[in-house]
Amino acid sequence: MKIIIEPGRAATDYWRDLWRYRELMSFLARRDIAVRYKQTAIGIAWALIRPLLTLAVFVAFRRMAGLQQGALPDVILVLAAVLPWQFFSTALSESSSSLIGNTGLISKVYFPRLIIPIAAIGAAFVDFLITLAFLAVTMAWYGVVPDARVLALPVFTALAALLSLGLGLLMAALTVTYRDFRYIVPFMMQLGLFVSPVAFSSSQVPEEWRGVYALNPLAGIIDGFRWSLLGGRTPLEPALLASSIIFTVAALGVGTWYFRRTERGFADAI
Amino acid sequence: MSNTMLAVQGVGKRYRISHRHGTDRYETLRDAIASRLTAPLRWLNGSQRPQTTVDDFWALRDVSFTIAQGEVVGLIGRNGAGKSTLLKILSRITDPTTGRVVLDGRVASLLEVGTGFHPELSGRENIFLNAAILGMSRAETSRKFDEIVAFAEVEQFLDTPVKRYSSGMYVRLAFAVAAHLEPEILVVDEVLAVGDADFQKRCLGKMHEVSRGGRTVLFVSHNMAAIQALCSRAIWLESGTVAADGAVGDSVRRYLTSSANAARTESGPIRVTPSLDLLRFELSPNPVTSGDAVNFDLELSARDATKISVLTLLIYSPLEVRLAILDLRSIGFPIAMAAGETRRLHGWIKSLPLVEGEYQVGFGIQTNDYFGDKLGLFALTVAARPAIGGIVPFAAEYRGVIDLEFGMHSA
Repeated sequence: MKIIIEPGRAATDYWRDLWRYRELMSFLARRDIAVRYKQTAIGIAWALIRPLLTLAVFVAFRRMAGLQQGALPDVILVLAAVLPWQFFSTALSESSSSLIGNTGLISKVYFPRLIIPIAAIGAAFVDFLITLAFLAVTMAWYGVVPDARVLALPVFTALAALLSLGLGLLMAALTVTYRDFRYIVPFMMQLGLFVSPVAFSSSQVPEEWRGVYALNPLAGIIDGFRWSLLGGRTPLEPALLASSIIFTVAALGVGTWYFRRTERGFADAI
Repeated sequence: MSNTMLAVQGVGKRYRISHRHGTDRYETLRDAIASRLTAPLRWLNGSQRPQTTVDDFWALRDVSFTIAQGEVVGLIGRNGAGKSTLLKILSRITDPTTGRVVLDGRVASLLEVGTGFHPELSGRENIFLNAAILGMSRAETSRKFDEIVAFAEVEQFLDTPVKRYSSGMYVRLAFAVAAHLEPEILVVDEVLAVGDADFQKRCLGKMHEVSRGGRTVLFVSHNMAAIQALCSRAIWLESGTVAADGAVGDSVRRYLTSSANAARTESGPIRVTPSLDLLRFELSPNPVTSGDAVNFDLELSARDATKISVLTLLIYSPLEVRLAILDLRSIGFPIAMAAGETRRLHGWIKSLPLVEGEYQVGFGIQTNDYFGDKLGLFALTVAARPAIGGIVPFAAEYRGVIDLEFGMHSA
């Protein structure tokens, strides 16, 4: 096997290398999971406490604001939205900070750098599965049974993962050069929670704001989660879904392009 | 074997160093935005960006060499000579600016042992993680797991987080993982700087084994004894270019001679005590062949009136183990010196039977206002004497410190 190192050469073997290093990806993801709750007293329970607290706050908020409607229990309605939201926000913030959190590796060893943000999303996916299991138990408790629409759940999960990956790649690469983005991402996450249908439903958004609202790519994804988990008892608007898909493809394209373009300089810039 | 494993052809690496006013090393978004926004204005004014000047710095320039399969090559040079940059290019961490490198096989680099170790993870977890980082498959790691653990001697601590390891254990584990990687080309950077003597010996043994197995090793170290013990050939980098490339003894001698000269030319008068300056100190010849005589000349000058009651010349190993002391009191001390007076001393060591290597020379001195040792003032290089009786001597590191002359006959 010949390896040729030349200015600007790396591109040709990149995707092959990415495949060859796939085991490293899973090791990094497992490291992130193993490390996250080390030396915490309650360990993995944190993966449940965060969505639970969010759930409690939003259910209370809905009561106070009088947002309840329909026959579905609030707990289920909110939890089905907290699930994708938490996954997206954890995945995005972890992948955004993943490069500067692995400075030692980047400046010392070669491997396709894409592995790092992807592994970060893999780690967030484990938290997602825990919350999903909790949701399943809660739904069983309330007697809410999903129908065949639940088969579409992997598609919406993939959309959430790819959207966070696309944005995460962009943010991670930008953070290497501009540390400003360390502060921008958490702020975006805070704002995002208010403009996404977690506490409310998309149908409660006033007509005249619909156009702007559709610009939030998470709206379609979160509605998709509710729609597939709750047997279509909540609507899924095609316009919102289309917006999510377009946004995801665009973010993935731009993110990958920018990441690949700046990647060769990471070791020198970080 | 002459098939080339590694060919470096005219490789250069340029770094851009920008000097800015009042900013740290991270570019901030504000700067980038500001410079984009003001760019049209500057363009209209026809002026350049005033706040930034960019300097080109060539860390490597036109470096070429080839390494054949099974060769163990040492890479030597001062700090900042470009060794690390070259290794970074070979291990594909950074791109060269010019030239090309052709590698015939997998490169594993041990740039700083323990890269990718996570302090919170256990020894076991870290072995797998580190192996994956270095490009080893999980199956390969499982197969060699026991061997790695045995080599590192960490059996009892496999499930302890490595943050609780002693630094020795940490390094042993890291080296063990990398050494069992079996790449075609192994790049090793200064691993022997840490670890106890026994472990260093095993590392050297392992590296010998690796090279006998037909694999190619590029070994970077400041430890000339280790370089000479391990390598058959050495490349000396100086200011980003190849200054010497040849038999290890030859390259090392040229490098040491140049650095000894550099050390001497840098030093002006040395203040050995509050009232006493050392104007000149010379050992000749330097390098000296083991077993030959050495002359020393020194010139002392008094700032204030003082009385030297003790003066000794001390010879130290690189690890600052005292090897010899020349007690100069025997030639008529104390010496009283008036202010401004200079005094020259000339002497010689009849024979210096030290094993080849680098040594340090210092002073012990006592005056009415000072008492103490000054170590590491000068470097003395001892070169190997011609081998006697047609045998190849053992490597320097196995021969202790003193090269005794002896005779024998068999009955």
